[in-house]
Amino acid sequence: MIKLYDYELSGNCYKLRLFLNILNVDYDRIPVDFYPGREHKSDWFLQINPLGQLPVLDHDGFVLRDAQAILTYLAAKFDASHKWYPTGDAEILGKINMWLSFADSITATASAARLHDGLFYQLDIEAARTNAHSLFRVLDEHLWFAEEQRQAWICTDKHPTIADIACFPYIMLSEEGGISRMAYPAICRWTDRLREIPNFIAMSGIFESGS
Amino acid sequence: MVESSADQLPSQLVNDPAWPGRTVVDDWQVVGSLDQIEVDVNYQTVLLDVPITFNVTESREVRAWVNTRCGSQTSSSASARLKTCVQYGYIWVSLGQPTQNFFEMPEYYEPDRRNIHAATIRVKVSAPRAIENFLDLAHFPFVHPGTLGEEPFTEVKDYDAVILEEGDEVLAQKCLFWQPNAMPTATEGYEVEYVYRVPHPYCAILYKANAIDMNRMDVVAIFVQPVSEEECNANMFLAMIDDQNSDTAIRSFQLMIFAQDKPILENQIPKRLPLNLRAEMSARCDALSTAYRRWLHKRDVRFGTIPQ
Repeated sequence: MIKLYDYELSGNCYKLRLFLNILNVDYDRIPVDFYPGREHKSDWFLQINPLGQLPVLDHDGFVLRDAQAILTYLAAKFDASHKWYPTGDAEILGKINMWLSFADSITATASAARLHDGLFYQLDIEAARTNAHSLFRVLDEHLWFAEEQRQAWICTDKHPTIADIACFPYIMLSEEGGISRMAYPAICRWTDRLREIPNFIAMSGIFESGS
Repeated sequence: MVESSADQLPSQLVNDPAWPGRTVVDDWQVVGSLDQIEVDVNYQTVLLDVPITFNVTESREVRAWVNTRCGSQTSSSASARLKTCVQYGYIWVSLGQPTQNFFEMPEYYEPDRRNIHAATIRVKVSAPRAIENFLDLAHFPFVHPGTLGEEPFTEVKDYDAVILEEGDEVLAQKCLFWQPNAMPTATEGYEVEYVYRVPHPYCAILYKANAIDMNRMDVVAIFVQPVSEEECNANMFLAMIDDQNSDTAIRSFQLMIFAQDKPILENQIPKRLPLNLRAEMSARCDALSTAYRRWLHKRDVRFGTIPQ
C-alpha cells in the first residue's frame, strides 16, 4: 500500500494527489500538521524525512521524499503507457528533468510568496515575487512558441508529462502570493488544458475547469 | 508580522474623524492564539491600522503596547500600555477602554468538548467580508462541493435572522442545508441544522448538528483581527464533540474549507463591506447577511465597511 504524508494546502503534496488520481492508484493520506502545528519539524517526522519537508511517499516500506522525485517514481512504476515519463526517450527525459528542476524554482519563489502572504512567513517578499515573475515569463514564452509548433505541453506535443504536473500547482496558487498571471496568456491557456486532463482533481485554491 | 510605527497613540486617534477605527476602539480585538505564542517573545502586529507589539509572560500575563517612532521604547511607559485579556484560548487587545462584557460562548467550558485552534490565516479582504462569507449558506455547493454542499442540492430554506436587543448580537436559527460530508465525523450526507451568532462585529460562531449525536451541536467560530481596512487575520476555532478524529485531521478539514473560500474572498469587490443595503443584490437566503449589515450600521462600525 502507498502512504502519502500530506498537507492539504501544500501545492507539492497536491501534485502527488493529482497524479495518483490521474493514474488511478489507491493510497492512504497521512495528514501532517504543517501549519500551524509545524509537525514536519517534529521528531517523529524528522525520522521519516531529515529535511523536515513534505511530501513523503512510503510504498510498502520504500520511502521517498521530494515531490519531483516521487513523480518520476510513480510514473515509472504505475504508468503502463510510459507517456508521463518516457524512460526510453533520452531527449524527452532530459527536458522533463530540466523542467522538474524549474518547478523547484517556482516553489522557492511563488510558493514562498504565498507562505509570506497567508501564513506569516518572514522573507524578502519583493524578491520572491520578482523572481517568480522572471520564471513565469520564461515559461510563458516557452509555451507560446510551443503552441506555434502545435505542442500543447511543456515537453511534448499531445500527451502531458510529469513536467506539466510539477509546474502546475504553484503557478495556479500564485495570486495568493500577490503574483498576478494576467500578463501570461500562454500560461493561462496551458493551465486550462491541464484542468481538462481526465481524472483531474482540484485542491483548495485551485478550481475544476468550468467553475 | 508587519513592522511599522504609528504617528499617534490611539487616545489621540479616537478624536481623529478620519480614522475609521474610532467607533470600535474600545472593543476587544483578537491578535493571536495562545497556543501559537512563545513565552517572552515580542510579537509585532497591526490592529485597526495601529502597529502594536505584544508578549506573554510565563504566568500568562499579556502585555501589549503601541509601537511609536522611537521603536518599542514606550513599553516601559504605563500610558502606552494597552488593555489585554485571554479568552477562549486567544489573546485579545483593546486600543481603548473596554466597557462591555466579553461575549458568551458557554460551550467552551463543556468538559467533553475538544477546543481546537485550527489556524490563523491572513486574508486580503476586510474583516466584515470574511464574517459575511462565514455566515453564507448559499455558496456551499459551489465553493465546497463534496463536503459542505453538492449540486443540485442548492436550496436554502427560509430561516429566521434577527438582531437581538438583549445581548446585542445577530442570531439566525433553523437554517437547514443538505451536506454530503458535513464534518470529519460524517459518514454520509444529511440535512444539517445550523445556528449562527454574530456577537461581535468581527467574530461569528456557528453551531451545527453533530454527525454522531444529533441532539448536540458542534461549534465552529471565526475570530477575525481587523489589520487594515482591506486585510484581516482569520482565527478559526472549533469546539467539537468528536472522539474519533485527531486534532490534525480536524484542523486539516477546517483548513481545506477555509482555503477554498480564501481566493473568492480575496477577489471580492469592493473589499470593504457596503452597509447600504441597496449597494449589493440580496435574495431571501441572504437574510442573515442583511441583518449583519443592519447591525453593523446600527453600531456605526466603520472599519472595513463602506458606511451608508
